[in-house]
Amino acid sequence: MPDVGSKCRVCKQPAIIDLPRHNANFCAEHFLELCRRQVVKAIDQFDMLTKDDRILVAVSGGKDSLAVWDMLLELGYHADGLYIGLGIGDYSDISGDYARAFAAARGLKLIEIKLRDEYGYDIPTAARATRRVPCSACGLSKRHLFDKAALDGGYTVLVTGHNLDDEAAVLLGNTLRWEIGYLARQLPVLPARDGLPKKVKPLVRLTERETAAWCVVRGIDYLVDECPMAAGNRHLGHKETLNAIEAQSPGSKAAFYLNFLERMAPLLAAHAEQERDALQTCNQCGAPSGGELCAFCRLVVTSSQHEPVPVELIMRGGRNRR
Amino acid sequence: MRVLLRNPSREIEIAGRRRVHALLTELGLNRESHLIIRNGTLVPGDGLLEADDVIEIRPVISGGS
Ligand code: SF4
Ligand SMILES: [Zn+2]
Ligand SMILES: [Zn+2]
Repeated sequence: MPDVGSKCRVCKQPAIIDLPRHNANFCAEHFLELCRRQVVKAIDQFDMLTKDDRILVAVSGGKDSLAVWDMLLELGYHADGLYIGLGIGDYSDISGDYARAFAAARGLKLIEIKLRDEYGYDIPTAARATRRVPCSACGLSKRHLFDKAALDGGYTVLVTGHNLDDEAAVLLGNTLRWEIGYLARQLPVLPARDGLPKKVKPLVRLTERETAAWCVVRGIDYLVDECPMAAGNRHLGHKETLNAIEAQSPGSKAAFYLNFLERMAPLLAAHAEQERDALQTCNQCGAPSGGELCAFCRLVVTSSQHEPVPVELIMRGGRNRR
Repeated sequence: MRVLLRNPSREIEIAGRRRVHALLTELGLNRESHLIIRNGTLVPGDGLLEADDVIEIRPVISGGS
């Protein structure tokens, strides 16, 4: 092919990807190398993991969670996976297939929890029953079950696949409203404490485009299609806004989030301590809670009594207006 | 060229050859939120797409918490 395309910054072979924020192009090998370096840097910089840790990776079947699982194994960590069946119609069935296929092909352990079977509800039903935005009911459920599975399984660390775009979008949302409490807790490492495992986000130095490209280059099959309940939510809107800024000024996203961690988070540290101490314990499940019953246990009570709501109904009910 | 788009999955036909950047601009897509894949391999921004290529433009943005 008469393609006089760009060359890899490192080896001058034909490039497969352009990374405007690094003002450079890379071949497959050196792109992977760059990703590994960013992950190792995040792990070291924030004391995320050691080779002795028993790691549980929260796996959704999407690009980020499979990429982080793959990278950790490649870097020599021991990591099992945890998949939660959220009951979001076909989307959940298919995402589970991807997670299972990834684990099976590599002989990895994948723990599975089905909301409907074990707690008597699913996300569409919870959204309707609690009148929450689906992603809010979902996020609350996942966070609780990730924590519980990590503690029950004797894991020392819970890993999630949150990437730079995820964190920058949350940061933008919190900053727009000056949510000081949330800002103080928005860290790539949350230490273990009573009722909560240590939680880390090794992908915070990689953009979504980079984690997706990692999967393509490594031949990892992941679920490309979007969760039907995500359409139109605020988080996606913030990502698009940041990417519009990024297109004008490459590197903005990384500077926004990484400089927050370096310059702003330390100033908020005292505030984070205060928030942490204020918590009580849930009477039902023992998890840290703002009241006698934690938000998850309240959601289970309300949702499991509600008749099942199909995902289509929630989608039609207005594309997550908030 | 035949172009596969996702979310929802659909196909469009583009006449002639294009640089990846030009194609994304033409379709109003941000390069920060998409990858171009041809025969299972990524194509960089200044890569040339031929008139008879079959390519996928894959969005990389996912929603949720
Ligand atoms: S997009 Fe929202 S509802 Fe769908 S899996 Fe993610 S958090 Fe859950
Ligand atoms: Zn190279
Ligand atoms: Zn509880």
